[in-house]
Amino acid sequence: MKKTLKRSNAPIFWALFGAGGMLSALLGPMLVLITGLAIPLGFLLPADTMSYANMLAFAQNIIGKGFIFAIISLFLWHAAHRIFHSLHDIGIHAGIIAKLICYGGAMVATLITAYALLAVGF
Amino acid sequence: MSDNQRVIEIEVLRYNPEKDTEPFKQVFDVPFTDDMSVLQGVQYIKDYLDGSLSFRWSCRMAICGSCGMMINGEPSLSCETFLRDYYPARVRVEALSHFPIEKDLVINMEGFIEKLESIQPYIIPKEERTLAQGEYLQTPEQLASYEQFSSCINCMLCYAACPQFGLNPDFIGPGAMALLHRYNIDSRDGGKGERMELVNSEEGVFNCTAVGYCSEVCPKHVDPANAVNQNKTNSAADYFMRFLTPKGGAK
Amino acid sequence: MSLRRPYVRSMDGWWKKNPFFVEYMIHEGTALFVAAYALILLTGLVYLSRGEAAWNHWLEGLTNPWYLAFHWLALAAISYHTYTWFKIMPRTMPPVIVGGKRLPDWAITGGGLAAAAGACLVLLAVVWGMAR
Repeated sequence: MKKTLKRSNAPIFWALFGAGGMLSALLGPMLVLITGLAIPLGFLLPADTMSYANMLAFAQNIIGKGFIFAIISLFLWHAAHRIFHSLHDIGIHAGIIAKLICYGGAMVATLITAYALLAVGF
Repeated sequence: MSDNQRVIEIEVLRYNPEKDTEPFKQVFDVPFTDDMSVLQGVQYIKDYLDGSLSFRWSCRMAICGSCGMMINGEPSLSCETFLRDYYPARVRVEALSHFPIEKDLVINMEGFIEKLESIQPYIIPKEERTLAQGEYLQTPEQLASYEQFSSCINCMLCYAACPQFGLNPDFIGPGAMALLHRYNIDSRDGGKGERMELVNSEEGVFNCTAVGYCSEVCPKHVDPANAVNQNKTNSAADYFMRFLTPKGGAK
Repeated sequence: MSLRRPYVRSMDGWWKKNPFFVEYMIHEGTALFVAAYALILLTGLVYLSRGEAAWNHWLEGLTNPWYLAFHWLALAAISYHTYTWFKIMPRTMPPVIVGGKRLPDWAITGGGLAAAAGACLVLLAVVWGMAR
């Protein structure tokens, strides 16, 4: 009895999950420390590190754009995949709706990120 | 009985399909000595307290894979789990998780057997080979690369450990993947392409969420999690590369 | 007529019954902090695109005690993600042979954690260098 096997499309989301997981594992702690604690509380780095001028210049730079895009987008694709599977783990099998919210959310955020990075100019 | 005879409580999840609507717990007082395994404990129950207690066992030396059960909630081989390590607390014994219970500690393993058969667990030669060519030659390094995956004793502790298998019994699972990987990386084998379809399928490796408990409980240190997760990479490569190669990857 | 009537047990609450699974759910849960932090960065980017006043407003918002508390928790959570990510890596990687011998699990995890520490320090150095 050989049933027809359907190829899974999971590799797309798994690859994004892996990339985002590695990036957040390597850089996540320091990013949180810098943007969320060091700058607002004023330790470790100069007070104007994240000034408008500095951040605009960074976001207008092509490498800066790439970095910002990778961080925001891949972090969210990683989280979307993990959250979707965790919902399944705790018994919420909302199927297509859960997929739309998780992966759809990551996709929308990715598009907003791209749009904003274009909006700040070059 | 000696005046130092100790008695341990063994609580067993009982189920008789002909009499019970659902499983229930039953506690037995089992006299034991330091050298007694949990398997010997349930054998004592069957021999002296309740002959109807049903369970699988054979070698009693952790090589046949028959005596797997949940002991205090952990998938274990009862022949190598010892009552002395739980005394004076009660030992809770239950059939392996994630499998339907046929009776008492006996589970339905038909699905597992089908999965083992489905992965083509034999050398698929790379090319036609005549008897005159003689035996395959394999270096110690080539053997070492797959040897751990060939150590599987089909005890199903990894399936009892895997919550994704529990949530989706169609998932091919750790044990079958370890066997599949054992053949794929054997230098004598050329059947990786044929086995890919199972790996890539919706019942395949991407059901795994890297819990890793399967490798924790494996009594033979096969590391089935490694077999599953290495094949996520293989499967993803097949998924993305199929548009580039003339053969187009697996189906 | 078969008298078999296999009993299928429920998976309800499976993860609460074993400490290994409780830890699994915790490290999977770090994804919530990864998502929240990325969304905070996204709002920052959007404010940046709206000009200096908007950006400064966002920066000031980060000094709010609630945001600070969140970032302390996020630091802990994402650091735990780093640790558990490299702890599981020996299970997800093919064997690494160095000098004829297979790298043990602790070497793979240790190497990963060292890489993370190194990457974080490089990031700090780059940011510090760019801020001067």
